[in-house]
Amino acid sequence: MGAMREIGCEEVAASLKKALLKAGVELPADVKGVMKEASRRETGRSALVFQRCLENMDVAEKEGLPLCQDTGMVLLFCEIGQDLRLDGDLNEALERGVREAYEEGYFRKSVVMDPLKDRRNSGTNLPPVVYHELVKGDRLKINLLLKGFGSENCSRIHMLKPTCTREGVIEAVLKTVTEAGGSPCPPIVVGIGLGGTMDKAAVLSKKALCRSLDSHHPDPWYDELERELLERINKTGIGGGGLGGDVTALGVKIETYPTHIAGLPLAVTINCWADRKGEVVL
Amino acid sequence: MTAKVRQLTVPLSDVDIASLTAGDEVELNGTILVGRDQAHFRLCQALDRGESLPLEIRGETIYYMGPAPTPPGRIIGSAGPTTSSRMDPFAPRLLDLGLKGMIGKGPRSRDVLEAMVRNGAVYFYAYGGCGALYARRIVSSECVAYEDLGPEAIYRLRVERFPLVVAADARGGSLY
Repeated sequence: MGAMREIGCEEVAASLKKALLKAGVELPADVKGVMKEASRRETGRSALVFQRCLENMDVAEKEGLPLCQDTGMVLLFCEIGQDLRLDGDLNEALERGVREAYEEGYFRKSVVMDPLKDRRNSGTNLPPVVYHELVKGDRLKINLLLKGFGSENCSRIHMLKPTCTREGVIEAVLKTVTEAGGSPCPPIVVGIGLGGTMDKAAVLSKKALCRSLDSHHPDPWYDELERELLERINKTGIGGGGLGGDVTALGVKIETYPTHIAGLPLAVTINCWADRKGEVVL
Repeated sequence: MTAKVRQLTVPLSDVDIASLTAGDEVELNGTILVGRDQAHFRLCQALDRGESLPLEIRGETIYYMGPAPTPPGRIIGSAGPTTSSRMDPFAPRLLDLGLKGMIGKGPRSRDVLEAMVRNGAVYFYAYGGCGALYARRIVSSECVAYEDLGPEAIYRLRVERFPLVVAADARGGSLY
């Protein structure tokens, strides 16, 4: 057996910091592309909103300012290859990457240390929400999301019946989107988790947001469902900023997991148009 | 596109407020206040205790916003709107004290819309997620109350060509 591949946690912290700094200021190519395309397509009142969003993207990138003052709570999905040896403390490296990025990027620190008893700001945007998964290979992959809470507050879990149909799922998603209306800064990106348990569905709905907006679901049945959901969400007419228009969502992505005979958990995570995400592969 | 946008002076005059209709695109010039969840909570707690407020609300326009930190050599960090509905439980009391304008994103409650009609006030939509764009339209910023709240403190901003859309007018008309 050959020597295990080894990477230092210094490198993890530095790469994560770099990816976070970029994610807060510049949208990924897939989101930029869809926003530009949507801006050309929009004919309603929210055409104004698209123009301003594109202008904002330009200013942020040119001047190195965060796209939005809500630079979010950080979610990190770590896939750790089982043949990889990490030299150092991974959790500490992740926290360092977040802390230094938020300090150096002049990102807003939006995390409070206790949710109810004492909502004092941690001052560092720590801690992030971290998920670890052990996978084959000798790589470390980190998918990151800067999740704003205007949209997070509009996200919902529905514990549907096992006999719920495809149409029932569509209706539950549409209900969530319609209730959210103009609050989550549409055009939105919708992440959907189907199956598992309540918590598993919620995590899947976040993982779905990591997928490129240009990607297709590998299962044609779900690919078609993603497409139909996008079309029907756009037909709600909520439009950019909720001002009314043809484009309410930029993308809908679904992740699934086996579930129990007695249920069908459905989690819907709503993200704003400033769909800030990134990927680090080491 | 922006050449024809109607320019408004803040603090707003009653004549200007009466002339605004939901859907109008406008740009503000002058001074506005900034306050969000905790500032509203504290203002209303002070009113509950019968105390005077740390600043005059009458005639003012308040922007629901909590900025990102100010980079060196700049006036303010990224500074876009937050969701207005979280301020709905507090807004009618401030409107009854003479608040004339609110700036944020998303729909308002029936209570807020009624208080706006009762007091002749207006609610503007600010472009959500456009914090970098708004930072460039702010020419000065000073903290005027509750400094300990950091980004949630009350600030006074001077703005130039601050782009907004009238989301709800003083006659009860609303885009949402």
